[in-house]
Amino acid sequence: MSKYIEQPRYSCALGAQQSVVAIKRAVPILHAGPGCSGKISSLIGQGEGYAGGNTIPCTNASEADIVYGGEGKLRTVIDGAFQVIDADLYVVLTGCTSDIVGDDVGSVTGEYQEQGKPIVYAETGGFKSNNYVSHEVVIKAIIDQYVDCYKQAGKKTKGLVNVFSTIPYQDPYWNGNLEELKRILSGIGLTVNILFGADSGGVEEWKTIPEAEFNLVVSAWAGLGIAKHLEEKYGTPYFHFPYLPVGGLETSKFLRQVAEFTGADKEKTEAFIWSEEEKFYMHIERTADFMLEFRYGIPRRFYSLLDASYAIGFAKYLLNELGIIPARQYIIDDTPEEFQEAIREQFHRISDQRSAEVRFIVDAGAIQQEIRQDAHKHRSLILGSGWERDLAKEIGADLLILSVPVSYRLVLNCGYTGYRGGLRVIEDIYDRVLDTYR
Amino acid sequence: MSVISLKEPEVAIREVRLGSITGFEGTAGELVQCARTGKLQDNARQFSQCMGCSSGNAFCQLSMIQDAVVVNHAPVGCAGDVFGFNFVYRVGQMERNLPPVIGRYFNTNIEEQDTIFGATQKLEDTIREAYTRVKPKAIFITTSCASGIIGDDVEGVANALTEELGIPVVACFCEGFKSKIWTTGFDSAYHAIVRKIVKPPLKKSNKVNIINFWGSHIFDDLLKPLGYEPDYIVPFSTVGQLERISEAVATIQVCPTLGSYLGAALEQVYGVPEIKAPPAYGLRGTDNWLRELGRVLDREDQIETLINKEHARVLPLLGDYRKQLEGKTAYITAGAAHGHALIALLRELGMTVQGAAIFHHDPLYDNGDTASDALAHAVNTYGDIANYNVCNKQAYELVNILNRVRPDIMIARHGGMTLWGAKLGIPTLLIGDEHFSFGYQGLLNYAERILETLDNKEFVTNLAKHSTMPYTKWWLEQNPFHFLGRNVHVEVY
Repeated sequence: MSKYIEQPRYSCALGAQQSVVAIKRAVPILHAGPGCSGKISSLIGQGEGYAGGNTIPCTNASEADIVYGGEGKLRTVIDGAFQVIDADLYVVLTGCTSDIVGDDVGSVTGEYQEQGKPIVYAETGGFKSNNYVSHEVVIKAIIDQYVDCYKQAGKKTKGLVNVFSTIPYQDPYWNGNLEELKRILSGIGLTVNILFGADSGGVEEWKTIPEAEFNLVVSAWAGLGIAKHLEEKYGTPYFHFPYLPVGGLETSKFLRQVAEFTGADKEKTEAFIWSEEEKFYMHIERTADFMLEFRYGIPRRFYSLLDASYAIGFAKYLLNELGIIPARQYIIDDTPEEFQEAIREQFHRISDQRSAEVRFIVDAGAIQQEIRQDAHKHRSLILGSGWERDLAKEIGADLLILSVPVSYRLVLNCGYTGYRGGLRVIEDIYDRVLDTYR
Repeated sequence: MSVISLKEPEVAIREVRLGSITGFEGTAGELVQCARTGKLQDNARQFSQCMGCSSGNAFCQLSMIQDAVVVNHAPVGCAGDVFGFNFVYRVGQMERNLPPVIGRYFNTNIEEQDTIFGATQKLEDTIREAYTRVKPKAIFITTSCASGIIGDDVEGVANALTEELGIPVVACFCEGFKSKIWTTGFDSAYHAIVRKIVKPPLKKSNKVNIINFWGSHIFDDLLKPLGYEPDYIVPFSTVGQLERISEAVATIQVCPTLGSYLGAALEQVYGVPEIKAPPAYGLRGTDNWLRELGRVLDREDQIETLINKEHARVLPLLGDYRKQLEGKTAYITAGAAHGHALIALLRELGMTVQGAAIFHHDPLYDNGDTASDALAHAVNTYGDIANYNVCNKQAYELVNILNRVRPDIMIARHGGMTLWGAKLGIPTLLIGDEHFSFGYQGLLNYAERILETLDNKEFVTNLAKHSTMPYTKWWLEQNPFHFLGRNVHVEVY
């Protein structure tokens, strides 16, 4: 079956350059064609960050590199990067050109590693996978080739957890989401390596990955491989929560399960949950009359065109806490076959009395055609991307842009995870709804 | 002059066709001198940052043809830029009162096994599906590094599908690795259009082709009183409209970096004369360009009247602006032709241009005419420019230079560079619409914006105070061209 894509919503394997950009003071070095980096930043990179965007060193593969190989050029660019770019970690990533012609990037990088330079490499030729998959490849490379050099044998720090969750920049709200995950996990007494973004501690934090007592994977499938790898490598047990917890119900459930698994202080956990829920539900209660009474129409069902972690998290929240009913749910992240059944199962029991239809399609042009053909009797909500602007208008739906491309929104630290994220969801949905009235 | 050959599926890259370069350090006069005497040599860099590639620029011109579809034959990441162009397309629809539609772009999603077995089947399937979904008037295929290296017969597929579907299915070869000059992608797109879409003229029309990006329609007021109708191409045109551009009476270039190949091809193949004077930026540049336009369109008297009228209107206002801007220093970073235009424009306003970082240099354009050499025009009219650097969008060189030069204002004409002015506390201006500064009014428009920007110091001052700098102290103390031309592997670059 062909897998052509109209309206792409993720990048290629090299897209993991953004995972590197999201690590404080880390810089990718691309051994790739001249346009790759810019195209990636264009889809999943609002803002340059510290050393992303046009700052990213690149060999800019030329015809001669294809014919004669590009290892010599890679060496000079790495040399230059160490001299010119002030970074703590350098991550060499290959593109299609290098991977097809077979440059030995491992041995070039190895020369610098032998000199003790903070540099790692990963093969991320675009055709190899997508950035959901290669995020894992790059994280594992950093752990194996860099972090591992700093591990202190047998040292474990009580209560320290590594969190592997939403993928930086592929999730436009990654920074806010990770901040909230760190906040709530800290709230139940854990020490959190959040690893990416404003609330992380840069490479010093990464160096403590082997010391963690547990790994937490908060994601449907992407990132699970990292935790499995760490279990084999350092014997660190992991807990898998297979979606983003959004709102009161799911966040409390998430925290209780994590506390159970990690042995976090039960009383402290319950006290934290109690105080968070009190605030959360005070707001919900305050707006319930609006949601029940607003007479001019608010959306009553929703379509999702999202990655699996978002789709499940939002479906549970919208249905159970806001009373918006799931229409068809589309998973657009190219979920590998082996994980699809578990995701179907989540939608199958999306609430105690309801199941939702879920489909796995990467070609969103086809999804839009399907949605257009439905009878649109009620005002609906689309959780999707910037591609859905016209579709939403045509079928009389409100659109909340959660997925890339986000172009119609400017995102700083907005997040939709946890208690605070749950409230933000309500504000943003009804902001869009109310804004439609003259 | 480059000879246009429509027989070849691919157009030669600019390095080969025009002898264009991406690295130079010296004065603008020296660069022009070298180029004219055939002594221009490219300088490679030992260290480089990510650039752009041809496929993006080809897509830029093909993606906004209203009834065409683009199939990007590539891994999915290569389509990362399509939404950006879709956004531009939709903004342009608003400005032109067109109904909202999304661009119809498909990616063939080349994967690992395809690099072994080839991906032509995928390409065929995608084209058929695109046809079924959209029923376009033409389908363009843009290629990629991956499709190029694995050797897919894209031209063969295009020809077979043209036959099968009964619409032009056109291959546009724009593999990123082929050229260091991403504007080569414009040439690829235009080659595809002239080769497979444009038809031989049946009659002469009263239309003037305006090769532009998606700028405002400023040529209406100029051409309509002269009895001509502007035809803005290629974005926002239709396939039917493009079929007939061979019938126009002339072609105007807003930016010869963009339209070099198309202008020359239409003149060489179909005899549509190209206005060869450098685009109308600055007072004298505009005079010069208008006179050339008058000559080609046979409207010389009307043009002289217009020039006199506009001078009478603009000169007093210009005097005021000059007084305010006299002695202010500026540094420019831009693509080639537009950068040359900006240099002329700033000097016309009485400002001191301390230097320029220009993305590449074409010694001459495809028409081979020295009359089109905008840089020579700027040097001859306003004097030489010291610190003229051909930078290929290398931000590290720019930061180093800005840190030394510290101009009163930095003026940029491409995204990705403005940040470095602002981070150093230098007011920075980027103007997206290239028509904004065109002609006499453009000069006034620009002066106004420069004054506004110079006045707005608060933001950059505060940003500079709180910014981090990813460049090392060592680097900021080096010669900015430390890595230029020191390449030991130059033969393999």
